[in-house]
Amino acid sequence: MVFKHDVVIVGAGLAGLRAALEVAGNVDVALISKVYPTRSHSGAAQGGIAAALGNEEPDSWEWHMYDTVKGGDYLTDQHVAEILATDAPRAVYELEHLGVPFNRTPDGKIAQRAFGGHTRDFGKAPVKRACYAADRTGRVMMDTLYFQAERKGIKVYPELQMLDLIFKDGQVAGLVAYELATGDVHVFHSRVVMLATGGYGKVYKTTSNAFANTGEGVYIPYRAGIPLEDMEFVQFHPTGIYGMGVLLSEAARGEGGILRNGSGERFMERYAPTIKDLAPRDMVSRAIRTEILEGRGIGGKDYVHLDLTHLGEQKLAERLSDITSFVKIYLGIDPAKELIPIQPTCHYMMGGIPCNVDGHVLGGSQEVVPGLYAAGECSCLSLHGANRLGCNSLLDLVVFGRRTGLQIGRDLAGLPWQELPRNPERPALERIRKIKERKAGEKAAHLRSRLQETMTLRCSVFRHEETLVQALSEIRSLEERYGKVVIDNRGARFNTDLLDALELEALLGLAEAITVSALNRKESRGAHSRDDYPERNDEEWLKHTLIQKTDGEVRVFYKPVHITRFQPKPRTY
Amino acid sequence: MEVKFKIFRFDPQVDQEPRFQSYVVSAEPGHRILDCLNRIKWEQDGTLGYRMSCGHGVCGSDGMRINGVCGLACQKLVREYEGSEILIEPLPHFKVLKDLIVDMDGFLEGIKRFQPHLISTGPALEKERLQSPEDRKKVDHVIRCILCACCTAACPAMDENPKYVGPAVLMWAYRFIHDSRDDAFRERLKAVDFADGVWSCKNYFECTRVCPKSIPVTKSINIMKGEIEKTFPESSH
Repeated sequence: MVFKHDVVIVGAGLAGLRAALEVAGNVDVALISKVYPTRSHSGAAQGGIAAALGNEEPDSWEWHMYDTVKGGDYLTDQHVAEILATDAPRAVYELEHLGVPFNRTPDGKIAQRAFGGHTRDFGKAPVKRACYAADRTGRVMMDTLYFQAERKGIKVYPELQMLDLIFKDGQVAGLVAYELATGDVHVFHSRVVMLATGGYGKVYKTTSNAFANTGEGVYIPYRAGIPLEDMEFVQFHPTGIYGMGVLLSEAARGEGGILRNGSGERFMERYAPTIKDLAPRDMVSRAIRTEILEGRGIGGKDYVHLDLTHLGEQKLAERLSDITSFVKIYLGIDPAKELIPIQPTCHYMMGGIPCNVDGHVLGGSQEVVPGLYAAGECSCLSLHGANRLGCNSLLDLVVFGRRTGLQIGRDLAGLPWQELPRNPERPALERIRKIKERKAGEKAAHLRSRLQETMTLRCSVFRHEETLVQALSEIRSLEERYGKVVIDNRGARFNTDLLDALELEALLGLAEAITVSALNRKESRGAHSRDDYPERNDEEWLKHTLIQKTDGEVRVFYKPVHITRFQPKPRTY
Repeated sequence: MEVKFKIFRFDPQVDQEPRFQSYVVSAEPGHRILDCLNRIKWEQDGTLGYRMSCGHGVCGSDGMRINGVCGLACQKLVREYEGSEILIEPLPHFKVLKDLIVDMDGFLEGIKRFQPHLISTGPALEKERLQSPEDRKKVDHVIRCILCACCTAACPAMDENPKYVGPAVLMWAYRFIHDSRDDAFRERLKAVDFADGVWSCKNYFECTRVCPKSIPVTKSINIMKGEIEKTFPESSH
């Protein structure tokens, strides 16, 4: 079928919903989501949303901006961080007005708590800046915005997977999508496509990400020739449940939790003497890996402990109840009484589709791609630089989701309907047909495990030319084997076997972009840490990576960092 | 260890009748039931249909009936079922679309009919509305709801009265009835005061037993019944 809407937003998480709320009313907007409504991964955000409200102690947006820039190891584009920090209080008050049930201070204001890398007075000490609803802040925000969107009559197409973007004369004309329930391939004809598809942590074996986070929304524009930015910067969250990767919020340390090594030492005192366990995630994850590599893991093994035993049952129940239940369910231990085994887990992609502050997607020569927009984790505004701070992601989604919605509203008059090219669904149908008809080959799940293991082993917290070269060669051999991927479900309805195979193409393409970008950046900055180039090198590498694939050729080039208020300094905490 | 599964299979567009299919999976006691389903799908039978996404009890996708009890496949571990064949069925009271995938549209529609958004008639504020921690605490347990539908699926009262709105709808009503920032207390309470509303609940406590987020569902419904009786003493039900 052909569906027609002025604006089609891909992804019904927080960025997509927030943009839709801004656009709705004036024009015809629809969301498509690969998962059922309210299942998007924004809902897994636990700890909070940052804003310098000053409800608990003095705070200022300048400090928040500074922390964001320093947290990003100075790769953050500073005009973007300034928008984020100055707009944050408005964004949080707006969420409160829409009904988000934030926890409260004794005088009835929105409660705030400490979080990694958020400080007062330009790094002097931790500050309480994270607004939170227990440890399910993302879920209550998303449910709130979803029901607001429903109230406004915004159409949501559930369980539709984008397969292709459609362009006509350089402008977006719509997209092609696969309907999981029927197996039908549909064309969405539109004047605007906004990508809000989230991250792609499933490139890695150990991750806090959902199974749905496979990155088609980033890969499809890349396949169409649009560059990707800063792909080497992959965030590993320090506290994933050992062996599983399930996230235990940084709020656990914000509320006073402590990391301990095999001899019970609070080792973060050695790595970040001022803010200790509340150092930014890249530093804490490196510290954990270093402790393990130097034999100070628990019993010499590959994990350390998160100690919450001193917080007391009441605080755990009121502010950390979800993670308390995760620990009880998956590890069978009570965090009020026992130490929790943790290890770093792939959590967030700083890189993505290059965008300006109004959500316009930028092409290879920094030109605006007419009709194409992006926001949220799939985008790269260069806001989070080389390492995102906790609680800046939920904020990013609502601040830049809204800005993108506003901009779409302003641009629409200048974006006429493009005629659809003939049979725009044909390439997608062809890909599906080939997979369905193939009789022998390897299952996607098998190739995917190999990819995830390779990336986790060779391209994670610490990297080295040797391991990256190995990773790249394995990815390329897997890409070749992907040409013979086979499925055993040839049916039409709810064929997730086929979906797995289609998703794997994106995972492979993005893994390659991450690895090539990482191989090219010969320095250590933020989450990108090279054993063979252990220092940050501003002279040569204070610049954003862009990677573009045209006619099968990968090209890496760079663009400058936007610096306004804060000159790069050594990054210590 | 080897774990035996017996799984409900049905594609209403192809099959005349549902059937059960057996699988054997090698798994560790600490593995999730979801891990086992994934292994079946990825390694043995790609035709098995079920929903899942976050894998740790937040997104609410993988509600199903496991050995007769509704729950999330990602929150139940193999060790809880040691020694037995594990029976997996779709959520009861929902129309099966394929295998373990059920039609959730009516469920969400049901919640939407009760205005699951804050109704505030107060003046526009520059900052936040104030709310005491004690008032906020009144909704602390219900904001844990992840819309997984296990409560409604498990409720025996749904058999007695198929028109019953179900416990999940009532939890969302409760969430706004008890939000001190909401200005529609009476209207909201009135909206659940009917035979197919709170009064269909017969205190089976199944919802409370199965809720993956430990929400005291039955107790909350009873609190609303008490409030209705207090607020509308003339009300007959």
